[in-house]
Amino acid sequence: MQTLVAYVENKPGVLNRVSSLARRLAINIDSLTVGPTENEEIARMTIVAHTDERGAHRLEASLEKLVDVLLAENISSRAVLERDLALIKVAADQQNRPHLMELIKVFRARVVDVAPESLIIEVSGTVDKIDGLLEVLRPFGVLEMARTGRIAMTRGGDLLQPPLPDAESSTFEPAGSNAK
Amino acid sequence: MKLTGAEILCEVLTRLGVREIFGYPGGAILPVYDALGKSKLHHILVRHEQGATHMADGYARASGGIGVAMATSGPGATNMVTGIATAMLDSSPVVCITGQVSSKVLGSDAFQEIDITGITMPITKHNVVVTRAEDVARTVREAFVIAKSGRPGPVLVDITKDAQQASAEFDWDACRPKLPPKRVRKNHDQAEFDRAVELLNTAKRPLVLAGHGITVSGAIGAFEQFIRAGNYPVAMTLLGIGCFPAKDPLNLGMMGMHGEAWVNHAIQEADLLIAVGMRFDDRVTGDLRTYARNARKIHIEIDRAEINKNVKVDVALVGDAREVLEHLTPHIETRDHSAWIGHINEIKGDSAVRDIQSLPDTGHLYAAHVINDLWKETHGEAIVVTDVGQHQMWEAQYYHHNRPRTLITSGGLGTMGFALPAGIGAKFAKPDSEVWVVVGDGGFQMTMSELATIVQEKVNLKIAIINNGYLGMVRQWQEFFYDKRYVATPLVAPDFAALANAFGIRAERITTRAEVAPGIRTAREAAETVLLDFRVEQEDSVYPMVPAGASLNDMIRRPHSPLVETASDV
Repeated sequence: MQTLVAYVENKPGVLNRVSSLARRLAINIDSLTVGPTENEEIARMTIVAHTDERGAHRLEASLEKLVDVLLAENISSRAVLERDLALIKVAADQQNRPHLMELIKVFRARVVDVAPESLIIEVSGTVDKIDGLLEVLRPFGVLEMARTGRIAMTRGGDLLQPPLPDAESSTFEPAGSNAK
Repeated sequence: MKLTGAEILCEVLTRLGVREIFGYPGGAILPVYDALGKSKLHHILVRHEQGATHMADGYARASGGIGVAMATSGPGATNMVTGIATAMLDSSPVVCITGQVSSKVLGSDAFQEIDITGITMPITKHNVVVTRAEDVARTVREAFVIAKSGRPGPVLVDITKDAQQASAEFDWDACRPKLPPKRVRKNHDQAEFDRAVELLNTAKRPLVLAGHGITVSGAIGAFEQFIRAGNYPVAMTLLGIGCFPAKDPLNLGMMGMHGEAWVNHAIQEADLLIAVGMRFDDRVTGDLRTYARNARKIHIEIDRAEINKNVKVDVALVGDAREVLEHLTPHIETRDHSAWIGHINEIKGDSAVRDIQSLPDTGHLYAAHVINDLWKETHGEAIVVTDVGQHQMWEAQYYHHNRPRTLITSGGLGTMGFALPAGIGAKFAKPDSEVWVVVGDGGFQMTMSELATIVQEKVNLKIAIINNGYLGMVRQWQEFFYDKRYVATPLVAPDFAALANAFGIRAERITTRAEVAPGIRTAREAAETVLLDFRVEQEDSVYPMVPAGASLNDMIRRPHSPLVETASDV
């Protein structure tokens, strides 16, 4: 599994270009998240792909060839913080509710909705943590689940920022393009 | 100045230096055609939109500029798909302009509405829909920048009819291209560069693999200096042909599936491969597990995505071929590689004797003879545009190109039907050059409707049909690998000479070797298009051949006599 981060133009169709590229390269995407950045014209993607290092290089380099992709970087081998968020609706009656609450506490999850027959649990953390919670909730009856997919960020001073607009770059126009 | 979107388009194209547009009108692009009529742009009416894209492609490849194709929405746009893909696979800068239904009805399955940007997403370098007249100028200028920069490729601009009709302020200076900012990558570090220099200066059996990127980056001079500095033998990819003179003793010829035996053996024996502007396509590597096992590999390539894609390399110098070579050459120490080159010449051995050119005249007309005579008669100076198949490989083997952009052929996609329209495009790009279309009887029948375009535009083209009554390359595979079961390869064709005459084109049928040179001479002297229908040997095959998936040194050699059973190379 390889994790890539990409900065892209925040406009329609870009997600399609990115996913279409992965499909063309026969790379299976495990999760893909998109969200805005502090610059509203730029969105940030975290792509987790079923591929090896070589495939990730190909994906990274091919992504950067897309006009709307400002930067793509494989961060799999770096110190990375990864988070996934899940909402889990689990069956809960009067009898097992206390037991459930115990488990939720252990996993540092939160109950965000309470109904007579069920609870919605919110949990964030690594994929392993969420999978672990899911494992122990299963016997109670998981009725519904929604997960965001991973977002990732390199730790500490290892910055991954979008490139700044440069007055000089990308404005070269081929002179006399039909020159004979 | 207030202009309609259609007028802005014509104005921008004119200012960008466009002179010819290859296209076909229709409802959703009518406003543009109305504006075209008032402009100085020369529109060439094609007979099928696929032809328009191939013409723009041929134009781009012959001129080194950008070719422009135009079509209406829906079927007009989808007919362009094959031509766009052809340009994409061979990194050819083509800008396609398509009409689109009005933005108000987009997404409603309106008459002749199709999602052409969705369809062409994986086969264009970039594509974009324009729905406002004020966006036309900048978008088209950006399309030209994208098509030509870095590794070139096709760009499609889809303009809605209302954007063509609406008026907007046009100010050339205010609509400069403004593409998203890109991270500037350091191409390679000094250590990697030094490693390349060290490998280059210590290799005993170096071999340069020359690809299309050399021509594309304008590195012809820099490449020659690099070769002379190191005294390196050179092997060519199909699209690399012409970037280094065929007559130069250091030029070994073409590599790969139908490359000469000595070239492929040299690759397998080399201790250093220097790949320049090529991408290790499966047609040049054969089985990757056994490919050039003895060689370290340096890859000079502008596209990072090509590095380590098929062949794992030791040093990657990412960048424009010309810049990298200019940087590299001063560090090259001249070495005497005469022993290595002498060895390669020894491998040639009986290859020259087996060559069809050395065989006595048996009264049969072979395609190789036709190509070789064409080369002699045109003194190797013509621009040759080929189709795809056996004749394409014979062209690569027997027409010896000394200058770049003189062989125009569909390499990556292998598009049959390419030659005739691409030849028309090449002739528009180089009106003073002699342009020959070399095409099989199969491929010719795919796009022969463009003969009418030739007549309407009074194009002076020379057409050589290598007519063997088969889809020859497929027949050859059936002969070798399917026990001669010729399924769907025997091919009925019209009398091409009579057909040409019906279009108003001069034509001649040629059936014997003795008629070949005189026929070519007559065609060359004519100030108009002439079609020659060469009836060649029907079951001739292209040799040498590396069967698909076999090792590069595992070739089926030329038989000692044509049309005898082939012997495997030992």
